[in-house]
Amino acid sequence: MSVHDFWTPFALEPFISALIIGLSLASIWLVAALGLTIIYGTMGVINMAHGEFIMLGAYITWVLQYFLGFPWLLCLPISFVIVAFIGWLVERGLIRHLYDRPLDTLLATWGVSLVFIQSIRLIFGGEPQYIDTPEFLSNVVQIGFLNIPSMRIFIFGMALVLVGLTWALLYKSNFGIQVRSVMQNPQMAASFVINSSRVYGLTFAYGAGLAGISGSMFSGLKTIFPDMGLGYVVEAFLVVVTGGGELFGSLATAGIMGEMFSVFSYFTNDTFARFVLFVLIVIFLRFRPQGIFTPSMARR
Amino acid sequence: MRVSRRNFVKGAAVGAAGVAAAFPQLYIKDHGQAWGAKPWIYKDGNVKVGLLWSQTGNLSVVENDSTQVSLFAIDKLNAEGGIAGKQIEPVVVDAKSDIKVYSEKMTQLILRDRVATVHGSYTSASRRAVMPIIMKWNHLYYYPTCYEGRECMQNIINTGPLANQHSYDLVPYMVKNFGPKVYLVGSNYIWPKESNKNVKVWLERAGGEVVGEDYVPLGGSEFSPVFNKIRQQEPDWIMSTVVGDSDIALHRQFLQEGFKSDKMPIAALTTGEIETAAMGHEAGAGHFLSAPYFQDLKNPTNEWFVDAYLSSQYGGGGVTHYNMEETYLGILIWKKGVERALEEAGGDWEAITPRMIRDVSGNWNGQGPVGLSDEESPEGKVWIDPDNFNIWLKPKIGQCGSNGQFTIVKEAPEHVGPDPFAIYPERGVCKADGLHKPDGTIQKDVL
Repeated sequence: MSVHDFWTPFALEPFISALIIGLSLASIWLVAALGLTIIYGTMGVINMAHGEFIMLGAYITWVLQYFLGFPWLLCLPISFVIVAFIGWLVERGLIRHLYDRPLDTLLATWGVSLVFIQSIRLIFGGEPQYIDTPEFLSNVVQIGFLNIPSMRIFIFGMALVLVGLTWALLYKSNFGIQVRSVMQNPQMAASFVINSSRVYGLTFAYGAGLAGISGSMFSGLKTIFPDMGLGYVVEAFLVVVTGGGELFGSLATAGIMGEMFSVFSYFTNDTFARFVLFVLIVIFLRFRPQGIFTPSMARR
Repeated sequence: MRVSRRNFVKGAAVGAAGVAAAFPQLYIKDHGQAWGAKPWIYKDGNVKVGLLWSQTGNLSVVENDSTQVSLFAIDKLNAEGGIAGKQIEPVVVDAKSDIKVYSEKMTQLILRDRVATVHGSYTSASRRAVMPIIMKWNHLYYYPTCYEGRECMQNIINTGPLANQHSYDLVPYMVKNFGPKVYLVGSNYIWPKESNKNVKVWLERAGGEVVGEDYVPLGGSEFSPVFNKIRQQEPDWIMSTVVGDSDIALHRQFLQEGFKSDKMPIAALTTGEIETAAMGHEAGAGHFLSAPYFQDLKNPTNEWFVDAYLSSQYGGGGVTHYNMEETYLGILIWKKGVERALEEAGGDWEAITPRMIRDVSGNWNGQGPVGLSDEESPEGKVWIDPDNFNIWLKPKIGQCGSNGQFTIVKEAPEHVGPDPFAIYPERGVCKADGLHKPDGTIQKDVL
């Protein structure tokens, strides 16, 4: 193999395309990581079942479309609601007994993830499923020399919307104030008549719902099968941990990771880019384990 | 909450202990029956055969079908009277898509279950993991999937196409019909890379050139960086060795990127009927697949096979595809091997060894190698190569239509023989007793 096979020389137009692709990758990773930012970053629950919430979102979309004929866009909010409800059940039935034993949540949620994968496999079988997306999301948008699939533009837009909504919910609403106070000091919050167990349940449900809607969106771009969650959970954890568990940390990390991956893989190749990116993250976390943005307040 | 290093180590230890408690088979070594002169098939027992596939994990997408079609074939043989009156008893294990589990389960099948033969594996990785165990016990493995070759072992029979049979016809066909420039995309493991070495040799002969080559991780589903380079290089067609769930994402994103299959088709070696159903018919239409078998093949044996399989209790997947058919052939060919071994052993079941089944499947008693006729094999007549124990078959090129089924656009006029060292002539020639090297020595068990 010569150097030339390995190294793609710089050319302006494809390089700019690579930057755009970086944004698209960043938005996909961000959407996948958003729910985890809430559940792990804010609540401190090491949720190994996060990928399976994404998978459930995709399967709910498939069921709604395949058996009930729902249009794809309508499936997105419905799968948010259903997965949020499943998340709420998981929190009420399992996670809430483990808040004082955070590391046990790792094992418990891993068990939950296995239950989800095997249930889906038992009910629908292991083969990949097909979801139809609307015509306008199957096209490519041409701007000069740039060819951008409309599905990727849609996911990018949705990522911004979801981040905006989450930010407004956490930092601009009464519920957000309750969430942040309960996460800081549940006893103190309780003395201000905040029902902390309700806040925990709803926060977890919201995080799970975000995973569900991301699964719905990915169903138009990626493959739907019972083990698909594994493909997202690694990147999601990297984004959240490197971002310091903060909403804007995740936003920044996803952006940097997406661009770095896309540019590396433009100059070299996909495999090597992945390798370099993971090595850089390990080195970064060695010297800055608290992540890009240090949480500005005391946490539980 | 903060995760300190100490807490994490503690947590990990708790986790490991939990896993160990839940899965004792991970660490309790087999101390079943001692190895000895016990027969592999008892006079008054069944013929036990191991089925080593994954029913769980990412490989289960394909391997679950392999298990189902094997059980279907065994049911069929048993209903027809078994092997010389003896019933076949399948021992199904789940390899959980984990290479280590393949090795463990293989040891279990040989030592504890004492099966006479094992059928299994969809990937080269798992085949290469279990073969040392098979060879250690001088046992027998049937591998039903296309693979790269470059191996010469005396304990394996393959019923799928080798790299030299697989892309041999496809590359000249694509160069002739679409043009010389090709972009290679594959999954990142041994089979795509070795397969592409063959592709490059055939490409050179056909006057084509490689304008780019990329590999994505197994299970990866992000192809936009690759498509960016493809747009830049403007190949005439794409050669894909992307497998499994990634393959579906590749085809869907091809369509979403605005590429057209009539301008720049994807020629694949593994995109079968399962995949075209899951990617949507629009995404599959117009692309090419080289395989010895397609569900839509028009012949009475295949029509029977498709009907009987899909209406049986095993046909829940809804399609038949090349890998299932090759698995089915493996069971039928194995049955013929056992019949010959029984004759070789003078009717004494207990004298049959796994290795004997393999040896008599080649040239034996002047009868030539075992094979299947047009009436037995859905893909048409096939037979085992008496030297390297791979299969002679007719490669076919299919183009996917708008219904997810393939139309045959070219069928090899003659059977093409397997040649595991086709692009490594300096390594030697694979014969029944080992690899005959150019210096005259014979190397056994070349993995």
